Amino acid sequence: MNEIIAIVQEYGQAYLWSDGYRLSGLAMTLWLLLLSIAIGFVMSVPLAVARVSSNRFISGPVWLYTYVFRGTPLYIQLLIIYSGIYSLESVRTQPLLDAFFREGFNCTLLAFALNTCAYTTEVFAGMIRETPHGEIEAARAYGMSRFTLYRRIILPSALRRALPSYSNEVILMLHSTSIAFTATVPDLLKVARDVNSATYASFEAFGIAAVLYASVVFALVWLFRRCERRWLAFLQPRAH
Amino acid sequence: MYQLTVDELHKQYGTHEVLKGVSLQAKAGDVISIIGSSGSGKSTFLRCINFLEQPSQGRIFVGNEEVRTVSDKNGALRAADPRQLQRLRTRLAMVFQHFNLWGHMTVLENVIEAPVNVLGLDRDEAIVRARRYLAKVGLASAVEDKYPSHLSGGQQQRVAIARALAMEPDVMLFDEPTSALDPELVGEVLRVMQALAEEGRTMVVVTHEMGFAREVSNHVIFLHQGRIEEQGDPKQVLVAPKSERLAQFLSGSLK
Repeated sequence: MNEIIAIVQEYGQAYLWSDGYRLSGLAMTLWLLLLSIAIGFVMSVPLAVARVSSNRFISGPVWLYTYVFRGTPLYIQLLIIYSGIYSLESVRTQPLLDAFFREGFNCTLLAFALNTCAYTTEVFAGMIRETPHGEIEAARAYGMSRFTLYRRIILPSALRRALPSYSNEVILMLHSTSIAFTATVPDLLKVARDVNSATYASFEAFGIAAVLYASVVFALVWLFRRCERRWLAFLQPRAH
Repeated sequence: MYQLTVDELHKQYGTHEVLKGVSLQAKAGDVISIIGSSGSGKSTFLRCINFLEQPSQGRIFVGNEEVRTVSDKNGALRAADPRQLQRLRTRLAMVFQHFNLWGHMTVLENVIEAPVNVLGLDRDEAIVRARRYLAKVGLASAVEDKYPSHLSGGQQQRVAIARALAMEPDVMLFDEPTSALDPELVGEVLRVMQALAEEGRTMVVVTHEMGFAREVSNHVIFLHQGRIEEQGDPKQVLVAPKSERLAQFLSGSLK
């Protein structure tokens, strides 16, 4: 018990938001999560629409992208982007690429965003395919253009129905951020590892991190519940 | 002057011809019932009118404007100009057998959706219009914030009729509007349709309800194997059919 109090006193700030000169711990983990989820979401909506296209030249490349990123471990993707790409001569000689790939944070964010985007794209594409055919037919019969049909009917319906699977993806992504230390990003697990090597109190060092991860998941679950209650009311059984 | 003219419509699925030259003309205020056994092509005919299905031959006029078509590589007709088709579709509002309301929208949102996002109506104006038509189909304002899945089939179909009315269309197309309803809910929908007919709305109704065809419509078309077997004033056609097929069909239905 005393061990925990001592660790919290000395490293509490590092666990939560700052290791003294930069963002660290929980704040870094959440920042990574937020950015990768946001980028992944914004890219996945148009990609999902492309994925369900009947034109193979449009759906094919998206299929390949999601296949590659869902078919390999995120850890390897991060290693390739962080170590692999930067080891290429042609990348280092390009000032812009050199500046980007030198930063562990950039590489981590790129790997995370591409990975979560691939999963999210497939989730959304599945829901787009499951849109009731009659609703699409009604939209066409009422004179909607393809664009309006997607904007007003298919996407709002599909994104709502995707909420339960999407919340799962966000929670899995939170856990995946724990490999960010590979690229020297001081996320929650990196702080825990550092505390572990400084104090040898492994149980406490990692236990604190675990509790923090679990609290975030708890908050996420609560948040998604509220979203579902609001946006999925149309699927709920009738309230009497 | 006709609101809707269909001229010699053919429809082919592969080598099977489901419609073999069906024509129809609707003047303002006409209520045309299309009857026939299942497989006679009546729903397909209705769905070809607004190109939910592609006819393989024939011409369609909304008012005096012809839907411009081109043949695609499978020999089916599609609209040459999607914009024109979209515009003409707004004048042919459709009511479906399975309602096809947009599930993620409330009743009110369903009714204002196309007026706002297709016709470009101001939202407040669309809401006033929607409430007027919801009242006309007998739906209290208490249901306007409900989702379709929380309503009975009869209520859903009446919402769908209000959605069609809110377009203020030239012609309303009904595709077996009571076939998916429980028997005790059929009446409420038929009464709404009868009221619309009495208002002088132009309607083309594919139906199994012989009572409706006889009492409400002023013209009835009997389709058999993709052809018009008999048509005319329902009081005559349905009471004293000339063709054997129709006599047979009518004897099979009790009403």
